[in-house]
Amino acid sequence: MSTHLHADTEPLVEMRGITIQFPGVLALDHVDFTLRAGEVHSIMGENGAGKSTLIKALTGVYSVDSGTICVAGEERVFGSTADAQAAGISTVYQEVNLCPNLSVGENVMLGHEPRSLRGIDWRATHREAARYLSDLGVHLDTHTLLSSHSIAVQQLVAISRAMVLDSRVLILDEPTSSLDRDEVEQLFSVVRDLRAKGVAIIFISHFLEQVYDISDRITVLRNGQLVGEYLAQDLPRSDLVTKMIGKVLEELDDIATSAERTIDRTAAPLLRASGIGKRGVLSPADIDVYDGEVVGIAGLLGSGRTELVRLIYGADRPDVGQFELRGEPAKLASPRHSIDRRIAFSSENRREEGIIADLTVGENIVLGIQARRGWLRKMRSAEHDAVVAEYIAALGVRPADPNRLAGTLSGGNQQKVLLARWLATAPELIILDEPTRGIDVGAKADIQRKVAELSSQGLSVIFISSELEEVLRLAQRVVVMRDRRQIGVLDSNDVDVDGLIDYMANQGDDPMTGQDDGQADAPAGAQSEGSVA
Amino acid sequence: MTRLMKHRLFWPLFALVALIVINTVARPQFIKVTVRDGELYGALIDILRNSAPLMLVALGMTLVIATRGIDLSVGAVMAVSGAVTLTIIDGSSSPGSTGTVLIAILAGIGVSLVLGLWNGFLVAVLDIQPIIATLVLMLAGRGVALLITDGFITTVNSEPLNFVATGYLFALPFAMFIWLAAVAAIAVIERRTALGVLTEAVGINPEASRLAGVRSRGIILGAYVASGTLAGIAGIIYSSNIRAADANAAGDLIELYAILAVVLGGTSLMGGKFSIAGTVVGVLIIQTLDSTILFLGVSSAQSPVFFAIVVVIVVLIQSPRVHQWGRTLTSGIRRSEAPEVRSDAEVTA
Amino acid sequence: MSTTTTAAAAPRARAAAYTRTFLDRHSSMMPTFAALIIFVALLIGAEVHFGNFLTPLNMSALLLNYAYLLILAVGMTFVIVTGGIDLSVGSVMAFTGISCAKLLGEGYSAAVVIPVILLGGAAIGLLIGVLVQYFDVQPFIASLAGLFLARGLAFVVSLSSIRVENESVLWLQTTRWRLGDWYITPTGILALSVAAIGAFVMQYTRFGRTVYAVGGNEQSARLMGLNVARTKVLVYVISGVCGGLAGLVLTAYSGAGYPRNGIGTELDVIAAVVIGGTLLTGGTGYVLGSVIGVLVFGTINTIIAYQGAEQSWTRIIIGLMLLMFIVVQRVIVVRSERRR
Repeated sequence: MSTHLHADTEPLVEMRGITIQFPGVLALDHVDFTLRAGEVHSIMGENGAGKSTLIKALTGVYSVDSGTICVAGEERVFGSTADAQAAGISTVYQEVNLCPNLSVGENVMLGHEPRSLRGIDWRATHREAARYLSDLGVHLDTHTLLSSHSIAVQQLVAISRAMVLDSRVLILDEPTSSLDRDEVEQLFSVVRDLRAKGVAIIFISHFLEQVYDISDRITVLRNGQLVGEYLAQDLPRSDLVTKMIGKVLEELDDIATSAERTIDRTAAPLLRASGIGKRGVLSPADIDVYDGEVVGIAGLLGSGRTELVRLIYGADRPDVGQFELRGEPAKLASPRHSIDRRIAFSSENRREEGIIADLTVGENIVLGIQARRGWLRKMRSAEHDAVVAEYIAALGVRPADPNRLAGTLSGGNQQKVLLARWLATAPELIILDEPTRGIDVGAKADIQRKVAELSSQGLSVIFISSELEEVLRLAQRVVVMRDRRQIGVLDSNDVDVDGLIDYMANQGDDPMTGQDDGQADAPAGAQSEGSVA
Repeated sequence: MTRLMKHRLFWPLFALVALIVINTVARPQFIKVTVRDGELYGALIDILRNSAPLMLVALGMTLVIATRGIDLSVGAVMAVSGAVTLTIIDGSSSPGSTGTVLIAILAGIGVSLVLGLWNGFLVAVLDIQPIIATLVLMLAGRGVALLITDGFITTVNSEPLNFVATGYLFALPFAMFIWLAAVAAIAVIERRTALGVLTEAVGINPEASRLAGVRSRGIILGAYVASGTLAGIAGIIYSSNIRAADANAAGDLIELYAILAVVLGGTSLMGGKFSIAGTVVGVLIIQTLDSTILFLGVSSAQSPVFFAIVVVIVVLIQSPRVHQWGRTLTSGIRRSEAPEVRSDAEVTA
Repeated sequence: MSTTTTAAAAPRARAAAYTRTFLDRHSSMMPTFAALIIFVALLIGAEVHFGNFLTPLNMSALLLNYAYLLILAVGMTFVIVTGGIDLSVGSVMAFTGISCAKLLGEGYSAAVVIPVILLGGAAIGLLIGVLVQYFDVQPFIASLAGLFLARGLAFVVSLSSIRVENESVLWLQTTRWRLGDWYITPTGILALSVAAIGAFVMQYTRFGRTVYAVGGNEQSARLMGLNVARTKVLVYVISGVCGGLAGLVLTAYSGAGYPRNGIGTELDVIAAVVIGGTLLTGGTGYVLGSVIGVLVFGTINTIIAYQGAEQSWTRIIIGLMLLMFIVVQRVIVVRSERRR
């Protein structure tokens, strides 16, 4: 697969020293990015790295605080997406930003329909649309509704639309996350055609295999800063993962780890989930958690880690699989079921799915208890105050004011409030999805310490984090996920961070046949089931 | 002082007091309360008495709006409950007996409760947008009321019924006690139990509430049932006042005034935090404004112009764009106070 | 045996394939087809029941009596397809109607009065549109303010009805162009023209297509580089102008302006539009569907009048039909979500 880079050609897009500041956060810090005609260029980075901010700067959604954007050698300032489109920059989003209620042909041509004296010439419109689609190798009835087609086809329609706009730069933002293997192949062959025609393509995906499959170049961002630009063929996978994740050590070193603790696995596990999966979301996976155990889930964003825990909690409904609680079959079809069985779940999406921003800290903390009790049995105010004060103190919520609106707290303190909400319900298993993301080091240490402490007292925890250090320090076992499937279960004493990165990047690598059964791919030695440390 | 001004009831109360002051200056007899036969009379007493139907409807609307909903059918429900109650009294052999009237009133309220349940079913169970779901009953309800009254305006002369709207108790209008009781009941149910805070949670963030285990379906259903029931009582008071069931005029446009009262009271139409006291003040503002407009010699038919202006002002005050203008104006002064937000700006992107 | 079945099956399969293509292409028209079927069924049912229902006179009267509703429904279709709603139409009709009568009574010529009242309707529409687009006010509330304003202004213009004696305005109504027993008035022609222009704009102009795009997915429409802001304001202006025209037509129809006209008409209009197959969630609907919706509404009214039954049945039946359409639409939405 020889890449045909026009390294000597003039860059088509040059972004220099791009800085974007949000209130309280430096989203991009003097980032440079160069895009050349006829290349596929991936931008990689974990959550908060600044990928989408960079894209939005280029497409005119955000304005830059400092830095310059040159397109074809000409400096540009984009005030809106329409400006960027006029400069030949089009974007195809994951959720396909087209109009589902209109026909395929119309979506391709909307705003550019051929017109005659009698208004829009529909015959010519559909003919044109069909021509643009067949240029991409897509042949379908342009009169059919967009919504009657799969996401894959819709994405190709969106790309055709970009061609109508005569785009020189095509941004594909997570285009493959809901496509199956064949659809990805079809998309990639279209992308390769476009590259051959000299279109510059920015590709964003969480799927490492796909990134290596299609990219000529890779730019890595971390925490709003540029890590570097590399030729894909010169960058081994594990190096890429290391560059994306970075090393986070510093002040966290002194925290008591819980990884070495011995877990008694003789009794039936608290929770055993066998073969739970959902079509198009997650290949069937297995996970079990014993009393007092911390099970970590390692995987990059989009690897299926969040999907897995949402299925366990009943936030989404699995198509297949069974649950057992202490050996008894159980039904976990909704959050209510899980809560009644003393399972708690703190979402990675604090703002949308966690905090009730306009309620006070105190009200947020007791919400879990109150929901469990029902509306008639309101907590007496003395009890309420006691619980709230206890958890504010236990977790070190700052400011320690129960009457403050939760939405005004910093991310770390919101996370502590959420943790408090769940701990107050006295759960037996708590699922924490990225509880330490985007929060300051102090709060991070507080939360880690709390998890270690509670698990030593018998609470079971499922812990997801992008920071592998953290996972390895807290968890006794680590479930490894990649590309929406489980690729293995490791004993955390057997691996270090580099080993885990290598495992995440390379293990169970079987791109063409690797179907649903993730377990089968894991080497026997990696299975830590029963290997009582 | 600034803390006082920041209180959510400050501006509504300020508006109410200002209206009363303006009225008093313009016509001193406005605040005069006279005693006749041991009963109080005067413009203020009238306002308290006449507020009853709107107050009840607005209370229910407050709960519905708190869940991010809206109930357009309240006027129609008023018409139905009035029609049911008066038709029963009209058809009975002893329209003057308290027992008959009580049974008729209970029947009217019961029917309204069922209508509220119906709205709640459409919204909470079938997941239909509230505006659309309640539109059905808004359309069909008056037709049903007309059917019940055979297309006529049923007039009834029944002493116990008249008492509901025009009677006096402890020197004060009985209707006032009805709405006071309703306000007290709602306040107790919402604030003495956890219903209020759970309702707010559902209104502010439905998904987070679901994940926290809140039974949002029941809460939403309950809000519509309350709204229907309260509208039913309002319909009976209205009918008692005019001593007739008028299926066309009963509760005409009241949904709009009720929404206005709720918004005036500081409850956002986006759902979430609600204020019962605010709604009470909002209703009193509307009634006082109405009385002011009448006093100004403007025909009551023309008063909607004033209410339109009030609506526009209120929505503009709530509008994010106007807030932004306000912030740009004051940003030079207190830049340092920027809230610590969006630490995870990427997440939502 | 097997050969005969295949031979017979082939054309059947082709027909099935053809039907499927047709359904794929026109699934958004299905509700409108349903409305058309209901309309035809109503007419046939009434004819069978009464025996003298399907007469040219009756059918001509249908257009005459509901011309104002037809005009309002065309404007409302634009608004609802963008995902909005306009509650002000009945009041705007009353306001422009009474203004028309008042100005004519003061001796202004129709050539002056008609543009003025259309501008009046447009101004109220503009107010609503600006509140919705630039101040993020929910369409329901913004048009509610418009409703209050227009109703109050109608009473400011006059508290009681005003007779119209202007020849040219009355001509709109009194003239009957006949073809056999069929007849049509200038108001009828006006209403049909509004519907034709509306249908043309919606189907054959980029503005019209933007209306659909906004209703389908406003965010996408913006990202596709379409002028969403202008479109959203304009649909309310269009609805306002239609309100003005309806005011003119109603004034001509009743020979007077009356400030209490059109109370509750907004509900009739919304019901007619929804019955005609327009989704209240926006993105789908046809002006011609709304025309059918109005005809269904009018026919039900006429049948009830024929039957000598309570007029109240109209509203109950319309309400039930609305419910049926809403539930069916909801089912369709849920099914298409599940398919993904």
